[in-house]
Amino acid sequence: MSIEETENEIVEEFEMFDDWMQKYEHLINLGKSLPMISEEKKTEDRIIKGCQSRVWLNSELKDGKVVFTADSDAIITKGMVALMIRVLSEHTPDEIIDAKLGFVEKIGLTQHLSPTRSNGLVSMIKQMKLDALAYKSKR
Amino acid sequence: MNKQKTISETPIDIEKIRADFPILSKKVNGKKLIYFDNGATSQKPVQVIDAIANYYKDQNANIHRGVHTLSQEITVLYEKARATVQKHLNAKSANEIVFTSGTTESINLVAHSFAKKFINKGDEVIVTAMEHHSNILPWQQVCEERGALLKVVPINNEGELIMEEYKKLLSDKTKIIAVAHISNTLGTVNPVKEIIKLAHEKNIPVLLDGAQAVPHTSVDVQELDADFYCFSGHKLFGPTGVGILYGKEKWLNELPPYKVGGGTIKTVTFEKTEYADVPLRFEAGTPHIEGGIGLAAAIDYVNDIGLDKIAAYEHELLIYATAALQKIEGVKIIGTAKNKASVISFVVEGIHAFDLGTILDQLGIAVRTGHHCTQPLMAHYCIQGTVRAAFAFYNTKEEIDEFIKGLERAIAMLK
Ligand SMILES: Cc1ncc(COP(=O)(O)O)c(C=O)c1O
Repeated sequence: MSIEETENEIVEEFEMFDDWMQKYEHLINLGKSLPMISEEKKTEDRIIKGCQSRVWLNSELKDGKVVFTADSDAIITKGMVALMIRVLSEHTPDEIIDAKLGFVEKIGLTQHLSPTRSNGLVSMIKQMKLDALAYKSKR
Repeated sequence: MNKQKTISETPIDIEKIRADFPILSKKVNGKKLIYFDNGATSQKPVQVIDAIANYYKDQNANIHRGVHTLSQEITVLYEKARATVQKHLNAKSANEIVFTSGTTESINLVAHSFAKKFINKGDEVIVTAMEHHSNILPWQQVCEERGALLKVVPINNEGELIMEEYKKLLSDKTKIIAVAHISNTLGTVNPVKEIIKLAHEKNIPVLLDGAQAVPHTSVDVQELDADFYCFSGHKLFGPTGVGILYGKEKWLNELPPYKVGGGTIKTVTFEKTEYADVPLRFEAGTPHIEGGIGLAAAIDYVNDIGLDKIAAYEHELLIYATAALQKIEGVKIIGTAKNKASVISFVVEGIHAFDLGTILDQLGIAVRTGHHCTQPLMAHYCIQGTVRAAFAFYNTKEEIDEFIKGLERAIAMLK
């Protein structure tokens, strides 16, 4: 599935909910189902700055595609992290760098999460793209 | 207002009070706003809002400058505001009241000016483990600059200062002590009178960070014998951007100016400047005029209700909320001092404070989450942050009930 197709799928998924509590419940469930990363990978240098809750992001290149793993100590944040991974993981560096990620606004994440949290989201997206850029330039 | 402690039997008229705060009838996320983030900033009564609006509609001119009528009238009003603050703190003279931009600036002013003159290599400054960053960083910085040492009074698990340790820290090297009157994170009311008495036995001055105290209690700087007292207007139901530094005149006279510029001088030539007397020496540039006016309106407002009544009512809210929180499984209250203001910090086992805050926000309930600018204190408790509910006199037990319901719902979702 392309990045855009996954984005559309997520937008449709969130459209099923008619109130914000349900959206958050969904986000929480997504957070709970995201595999945790091992403690030794949660190093200080992998903490994303700008998140008030802590987010750790790791990536590796497999067969030309970037695979992201991430974790957070807050479950709603982790739900957001799970969404970002679902959209961006296992794509080529170029696809990740070019991703528009309009779904964030469409499902109301930027609008309905506090600015500090959205800043975290913005920082997370930036870090994912920076990682992709690093893999691209290494090739 | 007289400072006599008259314990009144009449409870506060909560309906009337709430009607004074327009924002309290607002809806947030489709729900009635329940505002418990009073530690961060308080809401403003219409009396304060009107005073500020009226300033711009009817009184705007620069102060201490012009000969024209408007300028003279507003100068009188601004100085009247200073006198209102003086009476409120029971300071000896209006010269002891410096308008600043807030607690943070007040502390920076004292730290920098005091250090310039009195702190040298090998000297010591004492703060406590529960200070807000605004009462740590300025001292840390001047200590670094002057080669002095920052000493920290530890706390016990209840969140009270360990006075025995404080006594041990006092020495000939100690130049100044900076302590919160009330902790913003724990709600602890510190024994500041005793702290000051012990310090004065060694001729050491004490600065009190009163940011969290003035909204909850009356303050008498002479009775406390405080050397410096700092607070912010916005936490006292007044405007943002204005604050107060009280300083004993003898101390203020000793301190060199901090910021310099227009309004701070007697005469200026390119060779030398003769600075004005206190407090104007510390008030460089055009001040936050409507801030001063609004702050005076806020002080009049709380005094009309009566700070004793406010304290009694808030204590009721504190007891009520504490009891309800303790019944919820997994909730741990951080800060259980015997003497406590209406501030409750807590953690819920296995759930991040941000998650709780996010869900509560969806329910229209505003609480603070995080480290509350007290990271060293968080480190003491080995936690990342807490949820904090800080009550003001416009809050109600019904709101606390809603908050408890919301919290239970959030916990169920997040577990
Ligand atoms: C105890 C304490 N000190 C200082 C401050 C800083 O106040 P301001 O940001 O108004 O300067 C605060 C505000 O959170 C506080 O709670």
